[in-house]
Amino acid sequence: MKFTKDHEWVRLDGDVATVGISKHAADALGDVVFVETPEAGKTVSVGDSFAVVESVKAASDVYAPIAGEVIEGNAVLASAPETVNADAEGEGWFAKIKVSDASVLDGLMDRAAYDAYLTTL
Amino acid sequence: MSDQALKTTPLNAAHRALGARMVGFGGYDMPVQYEGVLAEHRWTREHVGLFDVSHMGQARITGTDAIAQFERFVPGDYEIVKPGKQKYTLLLNEQGGVMDDLMAGKPFEDGLYIVVNAGNKDADFAFLNANLSGDAKLEVLDRALLAIQGPEAAAVMAAHSAELADMGFMDCRAIRLFDEDCIVSRSGYTGEDGYEISLPSAAAERVWNLLLSDERVKPVGLGARDSLRLEAGLPLHGHDIDAATTPVEAGLTFALSKSRKERADFAGADVILKQLADGPARVRVGLHVKEGAPAREGAEIADMDGAVIGKVTSGGPSPSQGRNIAMGYVPPAFAELGAELKVLVRGRPAAAEVVATPFVPTRYYRKPKA
Repeated sequence: MKFTKDHEWVRLDGDVATVGISKHAADALGDVVFVETPEAGKTVSVGDSFAVVESVKAASDVYAPIAGEVIEGNAVLASAPETVNADAEGEGWFAKIKVSDASVLDGLMDRAAYDAYLTTL
Repeated sequence: MSDQALKTTPLNAAHRALGARMVGFGGYDMPVQYEGVLAEHRWTREHVGLFDVSHMGQARITGTDAIAQFERFVPGDYEIVKPGKQKYTLLLNEQGGVMDDLMAGKPFEDGLYIVVNAGNKDADFAFLNANLSGDAKLEVLDRALLAIQGPEAAAVMAAHSAELADMGFMDCRAIRLFDEDCIVSRSGYTGEDGYEISLPSAAAERVWNLLLSDERVKPVGLGARDSLRLEAGLPLHGHDIDAATTPVEAGLTFALSKSRKERADFAGADVILKQLADGPARVRVGLHVKEGAPAREGAEIADMDGAVIGKVTSGGPSPSQGRNIAMGYVPPAFAELGAELKVLVRGRPAAAEVVATPFVPTRYYRKPKA
């Protein structure tokens, strides 16, 4: 599992990446009340806003940590957005993306590096 | 250039000790949440929420001219307000716009006790100081203010004073409570039964901890305070009402007393009376946002053809109802209950419908008639 400085995570399985926001990000947001996940077939580039996560007070963009084609947005989040708070790094995943270039993961942080990064914020 | 440091209430250390997430509001360092906004919101509707609202402005207006002078700037009849009662009112400018909304009441033998919004209190008090004539004097009270709200609030407070149980909605009394000289009103900003308690700042932490020692009571921050008042259909000054909005546009005509309208003897009376006669150009409505993300302040409201006709002034999820709600302004032609409209959220139109406010029924305590 790899993390970005914007608090997204990526888990690669073959050429399919599952993407979400970190527990730290979910805790910082507070109660998530609405999630907009991308449609299947949408093409994303690194750094594109591909989802929106909303707390009681505000909406935040979620940026694609890798490039590719969206296979599936997590439909559970439409009816149960609180899943993001309950299990941000598991059941609270946002989208599955067919990855065009997995090498970008080499530049992302592993768990230890991300945890260290959090202490600098 | 650094910002001026945020002011603190007497409970700042207490909030931090509870692990509150703090935010700047109205110039104060305030708790936005403790456990979480949704949990605190629901707890208040089901049990008792305790709020530190000490950032709000409290003052007394005294002198034989107190009421006559105060009345120059508000549309309420305060001569007829009985001792031990308060009324919601609006501080008006010459254009009939709302400079602030406030409570004003008679807990003492003479004069008035007023509570104003934190963000406006410096301007309100400067305005009143500059404009009250005769022997009317404004005295700012440096005291703490707690709100205790929810269906079990009365039961919690009954243990501390039998007199509180005897109060009805909008009663406002000077009461000896917690061994302190307090001013207590049976009112609030949540739609629930409850009290607002003014007490000496030095007693705030002791009383806060005493109330929290009751397992029915949990601390609630500004995040849930906002979602609760939205569900209750209550306007927030600076958002749903402001100095460019009249009471007629805002749907607050209940604050215009009959006698005051007849005498037209308050700031902005001519503008307000004309709007009452001719109808205002826009009116505040409640909206059920029927699809998509919550519509928030600033979102445009459009008719079914997509023409923009108004704007959302407050909006968000309704935790009690599991739907998204909003308040905004539209021309009267679009303000009928059931009117179908669109709200533009992130550029995309979402179906919305005009609904009545309050969104969640209020539960103010009306005393049974003797």
